[in-house]
Amino acid sequence: MIARALPSQQFWRLTIAGTFTFLAIWSVAALSGLTSRAFLPAPWDVVVRFIELLTQPFAGYVLHEHLLSSLHRFAMGFGLAVLIGIPLGLLMAWFKWIDRIVTPAFEAIRFVAPIAWVPFAALWFGTGIGGPILIIFMGAFPPVLINTYRGAKQVDRKYIEAAQMLGASSWRSMTEVLLPAAVPSIVAGLRVSAGLGWQSLVGAELIVASSGVGYLMVKGQASVSTATVMCGMLAIGIVGLLIDVALRRLHAAIEQRRGT
Amino acid sequence: MAVIQFQHVGRVFRQNGKEFVALKDINFEVGDREFVAVVGPSGCGKTTCMRMAAGLEHPTDGEVKVDSEIVTQPGPDRAVVFQQFALFPWKTVWDNIDFGLRSLRVDTEERKRRIEQIIALMGLGGYEQAFPHQLSGGMQQRVAIARAYVLDPKVLLMDEPFGALDAQTRVVMQEELVRLARKNPRTVLFITHAVEEAVYLADRIVVMSRRPGSIREIIDVKTVRETENWDAHTCIEDVMDLPSFVHLRTHVWKLLREQQLGDEH
Repeated sequence: MIARALPSQQFWRLTIAGTFTFLAIWSVAALSGLTSRAFLPAPWDVVVRFIELLTQPFAGYVLHEHLLSSLHRFAMGFGLAVLIGIPLGLLMAWFKWIDRIVTPAFEAIRFVAPIAWVPFAALWFGTGIGGPILIIFMGAFPPVLINTYRGAKQVDRKYIEAAQMLGASSWRSMTEVLLPAAVPSIVAGLRVSAGLGWQSLVGAELIVASSGVGYLMVKGQASVSTATVMCGMLAIGIVGLLIDVALRRLHAAIEQRRGT
Repeated sequence: MAVIQFQHVGRVFRQNGKEFVALKDINFEVGDREFVAVVGPSGCGKTTCMRMAAGLEHPTDGEVKVDSEIVTQPGPDRAVVFQQFALFPWKTVWDNIDFGLRSLRVDTEERKRRIEQIIALMGLGGYEQAFPHQLSGGMQQRVAIARAYVLDPKVLLMDEPFGALDAQTRVVMQEELVRLARKNPRTVLFITHAVEEAVYLADRIVVMSRRPGSIREIIDVKTVRETENWDAHTCIEDVMDLPSFVHLRTHVWKLLREQQLGDEH
């Protein structure tokens, strides 16, 4: 059966009920004595640890400093993916010969998982800033490029013909017709790309030994603190969700302005 | 002297080894500041003719020339008004009209002057900063016409520009185009399937038939219009009531009907 839309009140009731059931099962399992509390901490242990991490430095910094450091790397890798992905996608959509040159290399590279770049990044950059940026970039770049390219390729032919008859150069056709027409597709790509880039972050931070949420989790693992590792996961989840919400807002704002 | 020339123009499509003749031996000319309408049943290739003059498509036989030069690619000297408007939805009315002027390397002051002038002429004042989706179909088509007119092109190519409009808006736009065309004559190639529209707007009508797309007859309207003084009437309804108008309209209708009957047998 295809689900019907639920009334919003019922929707919220089910969401809350689901969350409580999950927390209840978790609590019972943690308190049952089947495992030690260090192996499976109760939900409130994680909350307490979370607050501790916010106030007392662990692995050199407090939690939000680790987060900022992660976000900084993420912004560089993601930013680089956007700066290269969007123009390259437009060029490939406009000039067939560029498409021909780039596609084979790109198709080969995009099936290498971002994590699989870790050994390579370690060899090239050691523990420098370049390593994590490369890994985040490898996660974030393909969706930006693919969505820009597809969005630009699917532009209604009539806009391209209108631009041609109005004497637009290749540069103006790309920046003033292909790019704005592809914006909805590009923003959809940015959401996927930000998600993949953020997910690649922990892998990236396994090779930087100084700061970041991934680093915090590795240190938590080393000191056998499951609660610390879970706090890192929680922080990654929350920030990832916030990034997605921000991009979804951007998407909605653009759609509204266009009146589509 | 002729500005647009169709010389033995043909267009053949090849698909799966089969040939399909879309256009065969099309010969006609559009003179300087002449308004020529092409009418014909759907599928007769009239839009293809316009697109060839625009440089958006190419003939497989013969030549299409504008100002004695063979058309190879689209350009702002041959401005097109599309049936589906094709305004850029992400640009304001002002920026849509400005788009072509910017390719012409006209300086900023001159661009501003020309845009303001065409906005006043087309009754678009107050909508400069509106986006196309905020306008009605009629207003959108005014913007599309303004975008073409502002370039002061050698020729204007119009592909059923009022086809997507409702009946009332269509009549208003037809009257305005006549006003514009008489006051400020341009070389116009106008594609339509509406017979009355063609008789009302054009100096000459090219009637086409299909399978293969070819010219049936070329009708002079201008002489009749001038001797019967149609332009003394400002409303389209009054013109359409004149015996000379009715006579021409019926003549074109019969030409098209004959084909229809021919198709059925």
